[in-house]
Amino acid sequence: MSQVRSVQEGKRARLLKRLGLSRAVVNVILGVVAVFWLVPTISLLVISLRPESQFGTSGWWSVFTAPSQLTWGNYTTIFSQGFAAGGVLDSLVTSLEITMPVTLLVALISSLAAYSLVFGAWRGRDGIFLVIVGLMVVPLQVALIPVVQFYRELGNIFGLNPYGTIPGVIIFHVAFGLPFGIFLMRNFLTGIPRDLLEAGRIEGAGEWKIFYQIVLPLALPAIASLAIFQFIWVWNDLLVALVFLGGNVHTPLTIFLYDQTRSLAANYWIISTGAVVSIFVPLIVFFSFQRYFVRGVLAGAVK
Amino acid sequence: MTAIATGSTKGPPAKVSRHHGWWRRNGVSLVFLAPGVLWLAAIVVYPTIATVRFSLYDETATKFVGLHNYASVFSTSEILTAFKNNIIWVLVFPFFVTFIGLMVAVLTERIRWATAFKAIIVMPIVFSTTASALVWRTIFDLDPHIGVVNAIEQTVSDWFRTPGAYPLNPSTGETAASLATFNVTTGSGGSLVSHATVHPGDAVMMGLTRISAVTLQTLGAKFPVAPTKMAGAITGLVWNDFSTSQPNNTSTIVSGEQGLPNLRVSLLSSTGASVGSTVTDTSGDFSFSHVAPGSYHVAIESSNFQSSFVGTFWLGSQSLTPVSGLDQTAQSLLSVPLIDLAMIISYIWIWAGFAMVLIGAGLAALNREVLEAAEIDGANEWQLLRKVTIPMLAPVLTVVFVTMVINVLKVFDIILNMAPGSSQGPATTLALTIYNDGFTGGVHSGLASAVAVILFLLVVPAMMWNLKKIKG
Repeated sequence: MSQVRSVQEGKRARLLKRLGLSRAVVNVILGVVAVFWLVPTISLLVISLRPESQFGTSGWWSVFTAPSQLTWGNYTTIFSQGFAAGGVLDSLVTSLEITMPVTLLVALISSLAAYSLVFGAWRGRDGIFLVIVGLMVVPLQVALIPVVQFYRELGNIFGLNPYGTIPGVIIFHVAFGLPFGIFLMRNFLTGIPRDLLEAGRIEGAGEWKIFYQIVLPLALPAIASLAIFQFIWVWNDLLVALVFLGGNVHTPLTIFLYDQTRSLAANYWIISTGAVVSIFVPLIVFFSFQRYFVRGVLAGAVK
Repeated sequence: MTAIATGSTKGPPAKVSRHHGWWRRNGVSLVFLAPGVLWLAAIVVYPTIATVRFSLYDETATKFVGLHNYASVFSTSEILTAFKNNIIWVLVFPFFVTFIGLMVAVLTERIRWATAFKAIIVMPIVFSTTASALVWRTIFDLDPHIGVVNAIEQTVSDWFRTPGAYPLNPSTGETAASLATFNVTTGSGGSLVSHATVHPGDAVMMGLTRISAVTLQTLGAKFPVAPTKMAGAITGLVWNDFSTSQPNNTSTIVSGEQGLPNLRVSLLSSTGASVGSTVTDTSGDFSFSHVAPGSYHVAIESSNFQSSFVGTFWLGSQSLTPVSGLDQTAQSLLSVPLIDLAMIISYIWIWAGFAMVLIGAGLAALNREVLEAAEIDGANEWQLLRKVTIPMLAPVLTVVFVTMVINVLKVFDIILNMAPGSSQGPATTLALTIYNDGFTGGVHSGLASAVAVILFLLVVPAMMWNLKKIKG
């Protein structure tokens, strides 16, 4: 094995030598690309660590020569404001209140539907699956106006109008998360041998028990991919929240940032600090579950 | 798990009892499917159909107007601009993001720190477009103290042309002539020349106004001293001939006025040739000694007024294509606003990682034997990439490309957050029009719905392509 490898490496080295594009050149090119890709993130972090008064007087890059200007001041201000409505931390909580239920609901409902589509014995399953795949690319803009109306009618009939409430946002997000969720879960579940289910049936387990005791544990990697993908998708949404929650007292971080930039006296200290808080959560998710995230990206290529 | 697995080999295969009905057999399965299907029907399928219906009604959704809204779509300049911008996005973005993703994916296979590199490139995908747009908005800021792009432009620009001590601001229409006040007239090439002819032994006074107080303070300007005459020399003073206490007094020095330091002045002979040059001191005085007899003029050189760096307004709507002289509709259809370029660069930063991951997975799955055969046949690296790798990667490259086309047809967040108010209109896209017409200001649900239906129709080919791929 290692011999084959070294032969291959030898070939590759010879090839590279012939071409002149040496390993060093590739390293330099990719090094430059990496620096270019890091600059925006670093600049955001640095701006959030400088006082507002410095923002327009010297570039953030002046920290490289004068690092003493860095301060936690902006962060202590945000934390001292606590969870008061309209603050960064309040928006952080609102973002979580929207994102967590959506993620759980999409994972659960998609798994159930995919289980049904894969292991059910009724005809027409493939047809339904194809329709669901078709729905994956439907732009959510197409549904916004009627859903707002639909919510209002729910209010007129049942006295419960989800428009302008967090459940209203959640309902919409779940719907547009399902096609991809069902697609991903179905593709994974088709790889589970049916014998395992039959065995469960023989031991007298009902469908529900088979689902959550046999299939769900096996499907955990796929569920993890789906959940991470869905979490990041919803966490970063601006449009749906703007339509269903715009003008609310409690708004998710994306709306918080959008409102801040639109206000006449744009306060860069709070925009940059809020943006760092907003990217912090998905970054943790990303670095903890990078493998699953990449798998989700690969599976979701059609979204 | 093991117990169940062995159980399956021992026990007889499960029988579906014949005496149970269809519902009995499939009921649970349908109950499992129901939440998903009902949810999709209520919030995706039904509203999509309802949007088609809305698009045939007027702005308050009460009166049927047929295809009138669709006609309006193509006569509303805001929506035509949106179409134009979507076309720019579709033509430019998917190609570049796929190309960069491919290059990076191919090169990444050769470095030891590939994992770290990939993480750096992929990271922006998990950021919200809102946050990314705000970051890039500062990167492209006009002020070189805020925007790193303009800071770099300024550094490069200053290498080639040094701004003068008294830079003019051309954007406000300032010229050297507008500073001339006393005994000064315009000379050649943006310089100023003394009005009076001077001879050796003379002292000349030249007054300028509209000099910024900040500039004077920075240069350390002092109270002007009237020049003393010297035999065989031409002496003089250039001063800021304006004081708030006596605003109308020109030609004499009064309190509150300052000399103009650091001005480069030269002595012009009667033929107009420069015979010497010097720089004024902090009181604004200068002198040329040992001047040959004759008549001269004193010139204040144009380099003193060389304007300072004016940044590129990356977030502005000035067009990259010539559109002056065209009517408004033609302009909205043919202009390529600079901000589109800035936003596309930012969007590539966000999405290149996605392209890289997909193409990287495609590369890993390539048949290495074909590559090696081509290598043995003497193909060089570029040929290998063009003739073997890219054709073999064609399916995955198509997936990336199509996904990015669908993505930018719906592009929204980056425009709303990156374009300043003045550029929102010129940078608008279909998705932004739907939001603006449907949910802000003067709501027009019929028009917004018509645009939404068109957006939907634009993604239908991609939908068909997806379905074909899945059916095999």
